[in-house]
Formats: sequence, C-alpha cells, structure tokens
Amino acid sequence: MSDARVHADAVSAPQELTGTAGPAPEPVRLPRLGPVGWGRWAWRTLTSMRTALLLLLLLAVAALPGSIWPQRSINPTRTADYIAAHPSLGPVLDRLGFFEVYATPWFSAIYLLLLISLVGCVLPRTRIHLRQVRARPPRVPANLSRLPAYHALDLDLDPPEAIAAVRTALGRRYRVDVRDGDCLAAETGYAKETGNLLFHLALIGVIVGVAIGHVWGWKGDVIVPVGSTFSNTAINYDTINPGPRADPSRLPPFSLTLDRFDASFEDRITSAGQFGAPRDFTAYLSTTQEPGAAPRQRILKVNQPVEMDGATVFLLGNGYAADVTVKDARGVIVYDGPTVFLPRDNNYTSPGAIKVPGARPQGLGFFGNLLPTAVITDDQGPISVFPDARDPALALGLYEGELFPGGASGSVYALNTQEMTQVTGDDGDVLRIWLEPGQTVDLPGERGSITLNSIERWAGLSIRHDPAKNLTLAASLLALGGLIASLLIRRRRVFARAIALPGGGSRLELGGLAKGEDSGLADHLAALAGRAGSVGLGSTRFN
Amino acid sequence: MTRETLEQYSLVSLYSALAVLTLAMFGYVLYLARAAASQPEPAGAAVPELADVAVPVSAGADVGARLATEPVGRGVRAGWAGTSPDRPDGVGTDAARTGSVPMDPVGGSARGARRAAGPARMLTWLATLLVGASIILRGLSVNRPPLGNLHEFIAAASFVVLLGFSVWTLKRNVDWLGAFVTAPVLLMLGSATTFWYTEAAQLLPSLRSSWLVIHVSVATISVGVFTLAATVSLAYLLVDRSDRLPTAGTSRAARLRRVLPPAAELERLGYGLHVIAFPLWTFTLIAGAIWARQAWASYWNWDPKEVWTFVIWVVYAAYLHARATTGISRQKATYLALAGFACIILNYSIVNMYFVGQHSYSGV
Ligand code: HEM
Repeated sequence: MSDARVHADAVSAPQELTGTAGPAPEPVRLPRLGPVGWGRWAWRTLTSMRTALLLLLLLAVAALPGSIWPQRSINPTRTADYIAAHPSLGPVLDRLGFFEVYATPWFSAIYLLLLISLVGCVLPRTRIHLRQVRARPPRVPANLSRLPAYHALDLDLDPPEAIAAVRTALGRRYRVDVRDGDCLAAETGYAKETGNLLFHLALIGVIVGVAIGHVWGWKGDVIVPVGSTFSNTAINYDTINPGPRADPSRLPPFSLTLDRFDASFEDRITSAGQFGAPRDFTAYLSTTQEPGAAPRQRILKVNQPVEMDGATVFLLGNGYAADVTVKDARGVIVYDGPTVFLPRDNNYTSPGAIKVPGARPQGLGFFGNLLPTAVITDDQGPISVFPDARDPALALGLYEGELFPGGASGSVYALNTQEMTQVTGDDGDVLRIWLEPGQTVDLPGERGSITLNSIERWAGLSIRHDPAKNLTLAASLLALGGLIASLLIRRRRVFARAIALPGGGSRLELGGLAKGEDSGLADHLAALAGRAGSVGLGSTRFN
Repeated sequence: MTRETLEQYSLVSLYSALAVLTLAMFGYVLYLARAAASQPEPAGAAVPELADVAVPVSAGADVGARLATEPVGRGVRAGWAGTSPDRPDGVGTDAARTGSVPMDPVGGSARGARRAAGPARMLTWLATLLVGASIILRGLSVNRPPLGNLHEFIAAASFVVLLGFSVWTLKRNVDWLGAFVTAPVLLMLGSATTFWYTEAAQLLPSLRSSWLVIHVSVATISVGVFTLAATVSLAYLLVDRSDRLPTAGTSRAARLRRVLPPAAELERLGYGLHVIAFPLWTFTLIAGAIWARQAWASYWNWDPKEVWTFVIWVVYAAYLHARATTGISRQKATYLALAGFACIILNYSIVNMYFVGQHSYSGV
C-alpha cells in the first residue's frame, strides 16, 4: 500500500491516504545522524511494515518449541521426566527456556516489540484517518482516462444536470463533493481503514486483557471426594497459583459440598480406543456463597462450569477414593475416612498411599492400587480393565516405621520408605493385601486390621478468577469485526467531469480509483454510468 | 436401522465417493491434457516480455524502477494512487499479452477437452453428494454432529471443498482448477478412511458442547477455503515460473500452463480466497478459546493444538502483511501463504497424532 508514496501524483496526496509508517522516503544520511537521528531511524524501522512482518514470522517460529517440548507450567511431571530421560540435551534446553517458552525473555521480547511496533504504527494512522474522514474528497484529476477505470458517455443534459445525475446514481454510500458545477469527486469505504485500525487496536486490547488476567487473576486446583465440603481459602487448595498482584488471603468466602458424582463410560462399542472411553461426568454440588447463606443445588459438568461470585468452578478430573478404617495393635481406630487415589491410565488403575502415623507400636504406611474393575493378570499383576467401579478392589502392600523422616511431608500419594521396612506375611513373603468393599483383613503379627468400607468417587475441581476475561473477549470480537470490515469493504473514489457539447447536451467522463485490490471497480463504474445515463437518456460511448 | 448399519452405509457412501472422485479427477486431467494440446503455438513467445520480468529489489530506492517493470495487468501493484497511462479501459492485459484464451480453449481438440470436463463436473457433483450423505449417515448413527474426531473432520472439510468448487463451476468456467481440487481431496479422503478411521461412537465429555459445532464447523469451512486458496496459489507460482523460463511458450508444460488463467489473475484469485478464509480462521481461534474456557477452565493454555492454531493464524497474517508491503514481491508473499497451508497440514497430521495435549483428552 505504500506504493502510493512512490507513485505520488496530482491525483491524491498519497502519504495522507495510506499513512503507513513505511520506510523513510529520503535516503539515510549516515554521517550526520546524531542520537536523535538514530532514535528516529530506529523508531521508523521498528514501526515499518517490514519489521512488523519480520516480527510476526519470528513470533510464529518462537511459539513452535512450546508444542514440541513439554511445558513446565502445563505439565511439570512430563517436563521433569523428559529432562531426566535426556541428561545431556535436557539441561541445555532448560537453560534456553524451551520448557517454559511462553515466559522466556526471548518470547516476551518478540511480542513486546510487536506491541510497540503496533502502537507506533497504528496511532499515526489513526490520526491521519480521522483527518481524512473529515476532509473533502480530493480534486478531480485533469485526465480522467488515465485512472484504472474510465467510462465516458454523451448525455442530453447540461453539465450541471449531468453531474446531478451522477450524484443521484452514486447514492448515499458515497461522500460527494461537487465543484464548479461540472466536476464531482466522491469517495466511499472509509470503514475499510476504520476496520483495519479497529482490528489492530483491538489486538492491543486482547494483549492487555490477557496481561490483566495474568497479573490480578488466580487459580487453584483441589480434589473433593463425594460427601466432602471445600471452603474457598488458600490453605484448602492442593495447589494454588495467584497472579503477582492477586491476594490469596482474600479469596471470596464461598464453599461447596460434593453431594454426588455420576460417571458413565463406553461399554457397548468394544473396539480399541473406544471401549471404556468416558461419556459423561456429572457432579452435584451444594454451594453457599458465604458462611451462613442458604445452600443452592447446582450441577457441574465438564463443559458446564458453575459461576460463583468472584470465581468460576470447573470440573477437570475425577477418580476414586477408598473409605478405609485402620485399627492398630491396641484395637484403637487410628485412621478413618476417604483416601484419594490418582488414576494413572484410562481404566483408572489408581496408585496411592494410606499413611497412618498414629498407629502403635509403629507408624503404618499402606501403598498400592485402587482398581475399579479389578483382575489379576499373570504378567502385570493386579490391574483395572474398565474405568467404572464394576468390581472394585484395593491391592496393597505395607511398610512400618517413620512415615515422615525429618518432618518432611512429601507426596500424599506415595510413601517415603527411607526409614521404613516392608512387612512380610506369615509365610515370609512380602505382605499382599486384597480388599473388596466391606472386607476386613487382619494385619500379620498382631499389628491390627484394615477395613475397606466403600469406594467413593472424587471430583477434581479447578477454581479460577480472571478479572479481565470479558475485556479480552470483547476485544477479540472487535478485532474480528474490524478484520472483516478491513478485508471486505472496498475503498473507492469516483470522479466525474461534464463538458458541454457544441450541439447541446454534454459529454460525461467518469474515472474510478480503488485502494488495493479491487477487481470489481470497472464493473462498478460501468453500472454507475448506466444509472446516470438512464437519467439523461443519452448514447453511451466506450473508450 | 441400527447404529452399525448406519455406520456401514456411511462408509459405503464414502468409498463410492472415493471411486467417483477418482473418475472425476481423471476427467479433469484429460481435460487439461486435451486443452493443452489444442493450444496454438504462440508466435515469438520465447521472448519474455519486459513486463514479465520481476526485478529483484533490495532497497526502497529501487521501488520506482521496479514498479515501472511490473505487469500492468489487473494484478498491477500500483495501489490507491496508481494510474496506468496505457490502459484506459481497466481491463487486464495479461490475456492479450500471452495470446492465450484460458477460459475457453478453441481449436481441434478443444471440443474434446470440453467433452472431458462436462462429465468430470457431473462426477464431482455426485462425489459431493455422496460425501454429504456419508456425513449425515454417520451423524445419524451416533446421534450427534459428526465432527468429533479427525476422520469426521476431514470428511467434512472435503465436503466443503467439493461443494464450494462444484457451486463455483456453475457460475464460472473453472475446469482448469478441477484436477487441482479433486486430487488433494482424494488424498484427504483416502487417508481419512484408512489411517485415521475411527469407529463411530459417542463423544468424550469434553467434546459435548454446542461449541463443538460452532468451532469445528467454522474451522472446517476455513480449512476447506484455505485448501482451495493454496491450490490456486500453487498454480500461480507454477504459471509464474513457467512464464519466466527462457523457453516459455514452446514446451508442452508451457502449453499446459496456458490453459490456466494468467499469473496475475491466479494471484488475485488466491488472495481473494485467503481473504475469505482468514477471518473464518480468526473466528475459529476465538471460538476455540471460548470453548477452552468452558471445558478446561482457561481460554488459553498453549496446548500444542492451540499453539498451532495460533501459528497458522500468524503466518497467514504475515502473508496479508507481505502482500501489502512495498518491495515484497507477490511471489514471496505467496510462499508465505503456502507456508501457512503447510502448517495446517502439519497441524492435522503430526500434531494431532503425536503431540501430547489436552486435545487428546483422556478420562482424567
Ligand atoms: C500483532 C501484530 C499484527 C497482526 C496480527 C496484524 C494483522 C494484520 C492483518 C490480518 C491484516 C490484514 C487486514 C487487511 O489487509 O486489511 C493487517 C493489515 C495491515 N497491517 Fe497489521 N498486524 C499486526 C501488526 C501491524 C503493525 C505493527 C503494523 C505497522 C507497521 C501493521 C500495519 C498494517 C497495515 C498498514 C495493514 C493494511 C494492509 C492493507 O492495506 O491491506 N500491522 N494486519
């Protein structure tokens, strides 16, 4: 579009029209460039179309590694596994930021430069556009037949009448300027540039919205077993990620109870990849907005979050918890309640641990798998073959000793066996416990007993607050609207001149000029001429 | 009818479409061959005219010179202010310049060419209907919109391409494009029925959303139009290159290429198609983000599929920029458009299959 610069002619003032911060037209005078000159040169370069193009391409390339290597912020476990599996390459990539691409300085540098370039490009263009929208259409060029589209016809009308006919034919979409009675300049499609500017400005809005959400928003994840209540305070979360300016000590004080959780899985189609695939998850919640408020019954599903005041609750995962009771050697109940197991595969074979530090004479640590549909195989031992709780069982081993050496808490789902010994059965082999709901197993050596009361489900909830999500959405939709206007609206100028013919009537010349691609310009002009001609019954002549 | 029977019929319909489309492709290839054979030997065509030579430029100062040598056809770059003194009528001069009459070949085997194109058009319509029927049957067999997995997605995108092209043939003579449309669609459908076949089934909970229909159907249309656009752009580059060969006009390839519209017109057509597809893709991106917030709590996660959707968007934005930037040739800009299409292909093949992300949603 900045071709216009080099093509400057009397027809229009091209800089005014295009307003691109293109390359400086005058040659760069290197020797005399002072700091101000350099600054100006740098700014011009940064806000040029070529730089924008380069930065766009760089952004595309820089975004790619994040889809190839695991990202720490999304999946820390896979990232750690990857680094462990690639001892030479892993740490190098890590130092370069390939595992958190979207937070690296190089990625940020690219989009910040693009942002600056965008502002530097769009603001001057906005100023120019505003001026142009108010300005008169430009003067009529001397030779209309030199314009990309041209049409001439003879009319039985005086020049002023002929021009009036053109004016009628142009309709209301054109801004029309009649000069000296026999010349006319008209312009339409200002909305093309408006749309383009709106698009680029709205992109800035999107970036600002994302940034606000990042800085002032927060998110937390928590697992809630059926029957349990979660109160929205930071310590109750399994993990919480507040933004840099969010205050996790002042979360909205709502709470929610998981009354019931329904899950269904594919069991009719038996082909691989389909059998056992999840079909529906529904969580039934009772929510209270603040302590003392009346509870409300709400349904939470995967695509159907529950909006609370100040945060939104999403259903992101589910699994099983074992409700167990453990008695120690004294016969005292030292553990009672649901223990969460985390599914490891699509059939919900779920490893986990039951830690009983209060058992006497020594702390007890059970470890093993919860199997919703349990079978014992020759090669893999006990596994689950279907994700629903068709035939659940708990397959456990047992350690005894110090569960939390040095007071370290460690993972809830695994035992730290540093200061523990594995318990063997009466036959001398390591102890294997198999429990189905309702069963109790006595632990060898008078250590007490463990009872599996029932298998419950749990729901993995993600609770988020994004103060700018509506801004981001509105800005994206504005960008889309602006883009459509920018791409589809045609910006055109039409010029007309009527010259009185010696024998009466006049010769009407029409010229058309379009900005950018416009294959329909000639047809448009011909139609215009036709409409004007039908007013002044004349003979049409093509040149 | 049971679910299995419906699914069976859907497959039968798809296989029939493949067979019919293969015939249509042969028809269009035959058309090209005959139309090329009927091209007259142009006189003195071996001399590339000055207007054809793109002068490489490196500095802004050369731009004026370059513009002077640009073809003054309808694809002329002179923008808003550009006037072309030697072309008062606003009609492209490319056709006149190259001496070819691309839209309607005449001569000995020209009638033969038309005879091949007619049935090819009919067969393409038939294949379109068969693919459409297959999609509907599949939807009926599972009682949901058939856009839940890659197989279904490709079938739908193929349908969009075929329907778009077939409707186009009603309005304009675009027989020259037939081979370029039917061949890639055959490839797409062939791989959808073999590598990526998935038994019809209900959706994962994360896919149960009206956003599935909105997001995926617009993505489908967008990919369909991008496919057409890429084909036309590729044709542009080929024609443009053969235009600039010193032997232009004598070889068989050159005759074949004169069956196609002139380079500038192809370029413009490609741009027009991209301009339709790009806002659709922008919408796909936004709708995907809205859906991602519904399903995964966050509108943007840099999940591999999201990364690629974004990258595709950025590359096409770069194409639109390049096309509007002074001193970047149309050829170079078109390479960017094709790079965007390469990203689309990678997105639907490799990224879907091998990159771990939320789009391969499992129960947890
Ligand atoms: C975040 C980065 C950017 C994106 C995603 C972007 C995207 C786009 C898109 C998709 C278009 C096509 C719309 C049209 O042709 O009317 C466009 C046009 C345009 N952009 Fe950008 N842009 C970005 C940054 C910039 C910057 C930094 C500049 C300033 C140099 C700029 C200047 C322009 C101009 C002048 C047009 C109009 C081109 C024409 O007349 O066809 N853009 N942009």
